[in-house]
Amino acid sequence: MDIQIQQLTKSYGFQKAVDNISFSVKTGEVLGFLGPNGAGKTTTMKMITNYIDIEQGDILIGGQSIKSGKMNRHIGYLPEHNPLYLDMPVIDYLEYCASLQSVSKSMIPTRIREMVRLCGLDVEKHKKIGELSKGYRQRVGLAQAMIHDPAILILDEPTTGLDPNQIIEIRDLIRQLGKQKTVILSTHILPEVEATCDRILIINHGKIVADGTASTLRKQAQGQQVLKVKIDEGDSNDIFEKLQKLEHVAMVDFVDRATNRFEIQSVAEMQSNKEIFNLCVKNNWVLSECIPFETKLEDIFRDLTLN
Amino acid sequence: MNPVWVIAKKELNGYFNSLIGYLILSIFLIFIGAFTWLIGNDVFIRQQASLDEFFGWAPMFLLFIVPALTMKQIAEEKRSGTIELLLTKNVSSRQLVLGKFLACFLMVCITIAFTIPYYLTIVQLGNADHGAIIGGYIGLLLLSAAFTAIGIFASSLKDNQIVAFLLALVINVIFLFILGFVGNYFSGWVGDILNTLSIPNHYTSISRGVLDTKDIVYFGSLIFLFLFLAELKISKKS
Repeated sequence: MDIQIQQLTKSYGFQKAVDNISFSVKTGEVLGFLGPNGAGKTTTMKMITNYIDIEQGDILIGGQSIKSGKMNRHIGYLPEHNPLYLDMPVIDYLEYCASLQSVSKSMIPTRIREMVRLCGLDVEKHKKIGELSKGYRQRVGLAQAMIHDPAILILDEPTTGLDPNQIIEIRDLIRQLGKQKTVILSTHILPEVEATCDRILIINHGKIVADGTASTLRKQAQGQQVLKVKIDEGDSNDIFEKLQKLEHVAMVDFVDRATNRFEIQSVAEMQSNKEIFNLCVKNNWVLSECIPFETKLEDIFRDLTLN
Repeated sequence: MNPVWVIAKKELNGYFNSLIGYLILSIFLIFIGAFTWLIGNDVFIRQQASLDEFFGWAPMFLLFIVPALTMKQIAEEKRSGTIELLLTKNVSSRQLVLGKFLACFLMVCITIAFTIPYYLTIVQLGNADHGAIIGGYIGLLLLSAAFTAIGIFASSLKDNQIVAFLLALVINVIFLFILGFVGNYFSGWVGDILNTLSIPNHYTSISRGVLDTKDIVYFGSLIFLFLFLAELKISKKS
């Protein structure tokens, strides 16, 4: 089922938490929802799950508005702080959630077994939720979200509190699920988005500031090629001057004069690796380092959200 | 299975899986037993095979017992955030309120059912008025249902159980004592309205064995009103 968000707006007092945003997510797509704290991620997710009312705009799931209140059984939702009934045993809790999602009685044991297996809860399944560690609680939260095999998964920071091994497991799980389902997940952890999401959506102050895959966002942000170069066996000033004269080089900067490290920015849409190499060969210099500088997702995020 | 029943079953199990259910049950039975059989104007002093004393005292204890049962129902879900979990599932605010109400009401019914041996005892002791006793139980159930609805409403307002308990207690006291008390000071239609709104006015006539439609409508409206307000409170999400 597709999710279509149309001109969604929500304000608290004078502050617009979500400001006229529109986007859609297709089946088989994992959308990473990024943004600083208070950007409107959670508010948007709460509107998709029909927990808070939509002020303006609409959200369609499989073409049907969620305002009807009938779409909730197609959605699996893991809320932000993963609220759970701490005094309930894991199995009872999953059974409760399954019944509330109208899973038929004969299917419930099968679904619970499936979820216990999928989320690795086998050892802990008879314990009370309150006795579980944070990582296992998170797994219980994921299990309840998926218990009714929903077409849509909304996960608000699904990997908080997990250890690195668990994070990798959960990411794999989300990737796997994402092949047949529509998944929206929010996170602060940027490498996570790259590892799990097909598409990234960055919002800030309630507005969409970027939308695309990690590589397209990089390209947009990067613009010019930047190389970090170290050249041995030459006079630094001489190298500096000659580098500057190259046709495709826009700017040369000293990083470290003593060791002959330079940062070279190429003319827009040009590559200067070859020229630099040839220059070194011609002058008998040793090109000992030539590292293309990649804009990190963190930098893109900072660029877009700090203004 | 209907979500109302799923929720009711879970909450009812919750009472018996923790100490609260047993505690409330025993507190009620200890006090009502003492006041019916041992203390004050009890059955043996009156020398009558009647449960009037029981039906007179029961509302005084239900006044506390019912809010103690209902206080956590919605307030705790709000505090822990699990209400978000419930309402984003295939459950409407109405079903949630009804499920919670049903669980608490059934718990009160179970508590009251433990006093049936009193009836069996009284029947052995003399010529009991069966009509009055059955009427008394019906009145008690209606009263408990009204208190439960008030308690659920109080619990839906804030995320604090103590506030929910005290608020429910205050509303119960208003309906049980204050309306009638103030009503007696007014003559004419003001007094009539206040008296009509007070619980004892309706409860006593039912517990005399007179089952009047207007009393049933009264309790029905109280239950409906407070459950409706609770639903309104929960479904207003911003």
